[in-house]
Amino acid sequence: MPDPIIKIQNMNKWFGDFQVLKNINLEVEANKKIVVCGPSGSGKSTLIRCINRLEEHQEGDIIVDGNELSEKTKDIEKIRAEVGMVFQQFNLFPHLSILDNCTLAPIWVKKMPKKEAQELALDQLKKVQIDDQANKFPGQLSGGQQQRCAIARALCMQPKIMLFDEPTSALDPEMIKEVLDAMVSLAKGGMTMIVVTHEMGFAKEVADEVIFMDEGMIIEKADTKEFFANPKSDRTKLFLSQIL
Amino acid sequence: MQTLNFLKPNRDNIKNYSIIGSFLVLVSLIDVISNAFLKVNLTSFLPGSLTSLFPLIIGLIGLNMMRIDYSGNKKLDLLNKNINTNNFNALLTLVILFSIIKALPQSLSWMIFDATISGDSKDACTGTGACWTYIKVWFRRFMYGMYPNEFHWRINTAFILVIALGFVGYFMKENLKKYLALYYVIIYPVIAYLVIYYLISGGSFGLQWVETGAWGGLSLTFIVSFFCLIFCFPLGMIFALGRRSNLPVIKYISICYIEFWRGVPLITVLFMSSVMFPMFLPEDFFMDKLVRVIIAITLFEAAYCAEVIRGGLQSLPRGQYDAAKSLGMGYWKMHIFVILPQALKLVIPGIANTFLALVKDTPLIFVVGLAELAGMLALAKTNPKWLGFAMEGYIFASIVFWIICYAMSKYSYNLEAKYKTER
Repeated sequence: MPDPIIKIQNMNKWFGDFQVLKNINLEVEANKKIVVCGPSGSGKSTLIRCINRLEEHQEGDIIVDGNELSEKTKDIEKIRAEVGMVFQQFNLFPHLSILDNCTLAPIWVKKMPKKEAQELALDQLKKVQIDDQANKFPGQLSGGQQQRCAIARALCMQPKIMLFDEPTSALDPEMIKEVLDAMVSLAKGGMTMIVVTHEMGFAKEVADEVIFMDEGMIIEKADTKEFFANPKSDRTKLFLSQIL
Repeated sequence: MQTLNFLKPNRDNIKNYSIIGSFLVLVSLIDVISNAFLKVNLTSFLPGSLTSLFPLIIGLIGLNMMRIDYSGNKKLDLLNKNINTNNFNALLTLVILFSIIKALPQSLSWMIFDATISGDSKDACTGTGACWTYIKVWFRRFMYGMYPNEFHWRINTAFILVIALGFVGYFMKENLKKYLALYYVIIYPVIAYLVIYYLISGGSFGLQWVETGAWGGLSLTFIVSFFCLIFCFPLGMIFALGRRSNLPVIKYISICYIEFWRGVPLITVLFMSSVMFPMFLPEDFFMDKLVRVIIAITLFEAAYCAEVIRGGLQSLPRGQYDAAKSLGMGYWKMHIFVILPQALKLVIPGIANTFLALVKDTPLIFVVGLAELAGMLALAKTNPKWLGFAMEGYIFASIVFWIICYAMSKYSYNLEAKYKTER
């Protein structure tokens, strides 16, 4: 069995007095697709934000691609550059054009020549089918287009892992499909992905494993088919009965 | 019932009402204008107090009759929407209008018709109006202070050079654009300083030395404002970032700095800079008074700038920080490329506010003996040959300051429009 690319051991996290994550243990192998689901407030987003240290954890270990994340980690930027992230609210940079959004980090973080970065960005934008919008500003695009641009922006850094934090929750129903399509084709390309989502159709289609979280704990972790066919815990059954 | 309806005009009788209404307003205006300009009282046949109230009453009735919702007449709708929405607003409109008309003839005759501009001494001013001769005679002093007349070209040349250098950014080639900030924050101030030092101060290249005590007038206003503006902005930015830093030392130094300078009045800072500060310096160390004053104002205004910029930084959603971090940007890259461009765009109105206040604060340097425009006025009005023309001087100064400040605020609107990328 190959070494996992992400390894979380006995991780605990508090916001003040409130414990958001309780004793999390998780291993993700390269090229696997994990879907994390659960009711809101269960700590799903916090968990994946810990993986690129947008949130700090207080106890336990998180090892990403062989680097341990802790206060002592010096080159946290280098690790973050290898972990792409897509947010619920897109978080595009509104003062930059779509193309500049995509080339900013490759040029300044990876020191890529401008021309090369632009070619790469156009290539990625083409994959999510918004290359014709490259010179517009984020404010001129629809939500679905913005989210696809956010995916392209993260991919321009050529990350090893992609994290998705409820990428479709802020979108109109019609736009969800175009974003999910982009994610599915990305998954088929072999990317390692951790996706927090309520889109169970997406989970069934691409996920290798599904994790169910509640109240800061991983309640259930199973292969996708197994998870939907016969969930073990009562809490999972209840959740699935409500969402499906 | 139709006849009783005269206070409730509507679309059906719009023609009659708008004509009668505008006629009544016109009558009231004619009455006031003839009263103010021709000193003819058309309504002298009315008893006492009614005479003065007559135009107001007539005008109110007229405006009331014209107040028709959705009349279909664009001009009438515009008028009603803006100055005639209800009886109270109509009253305010009339009172303001009449006050302006009443005040116009006196101020016009004082400023223009009865004013003097010929001659070159006080004796020319015999009329009852303003004495613009005073401004004319003192004009060079108001512009250049005590700077020797024959060297005024040096100030003019220096200013033209500095302004021209300021426009370099517009003509910079595309591949040099990334050095734009560097140019404006570091290179430009240094060049401007050298230009002003060598041209206006002189002392080398065969130019006679002119000490800063002789500088003054509007040119000094410009010099002080210019240097304070370009230095206080980057400094304020540093302290704004410092105050939001996670490093306690930097954070508390910034807080102390900001709270200290915001807590003391500018006038005491200026006194300190010119009286106390030299005492702490080593004896053989000399720093010009003007330089000390510029540094003092810069430090003072930087604290205000810092708080304005911090407001902009705080208004950015956390997602922008998250996104920049998740792309692997460190603190400086994140701030330079993502956070500051957005935050600074948001604070343009606030920064313009601070800068305008700064320009209008420069007259305070008079307390340490530097006479810029308003300071020269204070000197000129106590000149025994020209006593009694303070009014003209201050009107002149107000107009000059207003033009400067209006230009600045116009420029800030342009910047806002230029950097607007939201839909």
